[in-house]
Amino acid sequence: MSASDVAGETRTMNMIQAINSAIDVTMGRDDRIVVLGEDVGFFGGVFKATEGLQKKYGKTRVFDTPISELGIIGVAVGMATYGLRPIPEIQFADYIYPALDQLVSEAARLRYRSAGEYTAPITVRSPFGGGIFGGQTHSQSPEAIFTHVAGLKTVIPSNPYDAKGLLIAAIEDNDPTIFFEPKRIYNGPFDGHYDNPVQPWSKFPESAVPEGYYRIELGKARLVREGGDVTILCYGTMVHVAVGVVAEAGIDAEIIDLRSLVPLDMERIAGSVKKTGRCVVVHEATKTSGFGAELSALVQEHCFHSLEAPVQRVTGWDTPYPHSLEWAYFPGPVRLTEALKRVMQD
Amino acid sequence: MSVRNLPPLSLHVPEPRFRPGDEADFNDFDMPVAGAVARPDIAVNPADIRDMSYAMVRVLDDEGTAQGPWDPRLDSDTLLTMLWHMALTRAYDERLYRAQRQGKTSFYMKCTGEEATSIAAAHALDHDDMLFPSYRQQGLLIARDWPLLDMMNQVFSNKGDRLKGRQMPIMYSVRDANFFSISGNLATQYPQAVGWAMASAARGDTRIAAAWCGEGSTAEGDFHSAMTFASVYRAPVILNVINNQWAISSFSGFAGAENTTFAARAVGYGMAGLRIDGNDALAVYAATLWAADRARSNHGPTLIEHFTYRAEGHSTSDDPTKYRSADESTKWPLGDPIARLKQHVIALGIWDEDRHAAMDREVAEQARTAQREAEKLGTLHDGLKQPFDTMFEDVFEEMPWHLKEQAQQMADERRAAGI
Repeated sequence: MSASDVAGETRTMNMIQAINSAIDVTMGRDDRIVVLGEDVGFFGGVFKATEGLQKKYGKTRVFDTPISELGIIGVAVGMATYGLRPIPEIQFADYIYPALDQLVSEAARLRYRSAGEYTAPITVRSPFGGGIFGGQTHSQSPEAIFTHVAGLKTVIPSNPYDAKGLLIAAIEDNDPTIFFEPKRIYNGPFDGHYDNPVQPWSKFPESAVPEGYYRIELGKARLVREGGDVTILCYGTMVHVAVGVVAEAGIDAEIIDLRSLVPLDMERIAGSVKKTGRCVVVHEATKTSGFGAELSALVQEHCFHSLEAPVQRVTGWDTPYPHSLEWAYFPGPVRLTEALKRVMQD
Repeated sequence: MSVRNLPPLSLHVPEPRFRPGDEADFNDFDMPVAGAVARPDIAVNPADIRDMSYAMVRVLDDEGTAQGPWDPRLDSDTLLTMLWHMALTRAYDERLYRAQRQGKTSFYMKCTGEEATSIAAAHALDHDDMLFPSYRQQGLLIARDWPLLDMMNQVFSNKGDRLKGRQMPIMYSVRDANFFSISGNLATQYPQAVGWAMASAARGDTRIAAAWCGEGSTAEGDFHSAMTFASVYRAPVILNVINNQWAISSFSGFAGAENTTFAARAVGYGMAGLRIDGNDALAVYAATLWAADRARSNHGPTLIEHFTYRAEGHSTSDDPTKYRSADESTKWPLGDPIARLKQHVIALGIWDEDRHAAMDREVAEQARTAQREAEKLGTLHDGLKQPFDTMFEDVFEEMPWHLKEQAQQMADERRAAGI
């Protein structure tokens, strides 16, 4: 084990700092890693996730790009074909659609269609989700579009410690990975009570992040809270909403932070639901064909005989994300509480 | 309602000059004079050669004589090897077209009339330069001496298909020949080639990239993103547009050819643009070499429009007599690339009709032999397929549980059904 394999001293980090640290640590270990995207270079990104990296690693490893998401991903695939390991940033997940063909038809299928001759080990970072008054073009959660694609991995962290460990694992993974960063919780967790002041990450233990190298294996969920009455499956911002609601409602719920949707930790999910017999699935994305539908179906397939109530879904409504009605759209504490009541009644 | 005294607006929908039943007439084609276009230094500022995007570089004249500053002055060996590769490509196409008609595979695409655009280009590049082809560049593989047998195995999706029967026929992938995996989605390889070239430059490498797409695909966003990135980062890449006049049934007007040339797309991006006679192997070779030298010397990318003609249908699924004049290809004013190179080498005194006829017999035999060998490994419908569970491999580097579960389910269901 070399010095660069050591997790080392911990430091208090918010999610942005943890993500920056993950990129920094991996770039220091592997000179094939490059960062590209709109405003990521000199400026360090609109959310500052790549701050200082261009100065440290130079302009040929960290550089700004034209405003062309298609070009960013297409070029990243080509760089990966050359043998580099690009980390393209899409400034907001809402902007990723022009790059869909390059992700869905190219990056995702390159290994398959060339029978392993060519691969696309790229990690697409993108801030996603609402709660910042971003309206319909800075708030979306398009994860289900990507989980539906064979050949892509989709990872969503919920805190600084996980963000760094998962991002390092994603960058080192030899398959293309979509890494969605819940931007509402960049600076602190959010329980859905939007009128309350933001609590900084420094007040929470998950902000203790090793400065060095460590990985969190993709496909391993995190048990946030052990409980016996109901299983709550969630990821990203919604983990904190679930924690808040469970504490307030005094329900003995088991909360599972999925961390990665593909690969999915089905063992953990099935084990929990078989124990509790009840399940609520929570995500911010729209309901119809959302990842909650997949989770609901999987729970039904794997745990049918243990279920004592229909699986409940708490999701964004099937509308675009409305700017001024953000908190009516956001699946917050009221809606989760109601869903928990319903699932416990049956 | 507007009160302006104007006629109503009208929408212009392009229409090709000749449709089925029309006699194709290219008498008004303004034939560019061979040797007339100057050959600038490779370090030229693109702003100083904008006119080249509207001209046409031609080397071979009507008599088959090489003219002007773009004459690459190739030795006899190179000329005859190019001729051989072009003839072999045509013979290969003939065999596989027939094989498809015999039901041995689902689909095939010939490159008849466009052989020079791949083969002469490949000869002008180094073997370790990376090629990002579209679907009609089989000539690149043949010019890199890749075995026909391996290509045919792919077309037949048989036991010998290295791509495990996953890709439609002709969508080759040959890493050992620095030939990228072909996508069926158009122009996706363009930004990828630019990215590869950017990586090569960022790493201080010496290798360059080259990409091909059709004139129809220049309408894709990928083309324009690639042009932007190539221009912004001065990527060492050659971007080839094969203007073969037809995108299935849509003539080049639907990609904008009524209004400007495809080479002129370079002008707006501040990129070097060349427009060349794509049926003139010497022009293709010379332009590619110029662009390659330019890229290798850090002077940036070049867009090359190869003006050519798709002499056959788009694919075996297409019948061009339904939408274009039947005699267009025979009347094409720039002739046939093989006939023109043949005329040149005969004029040079290094070739003759007998040797040409012997070559045609030999390449036909070579294609026939390869097909015989390939068929021993199976054709699409004769059951010699890859094992079923290979379907689940290579989706990811390591198979996740859900794919293992699905592979098992498939095996169980087939067993239960007695298959």
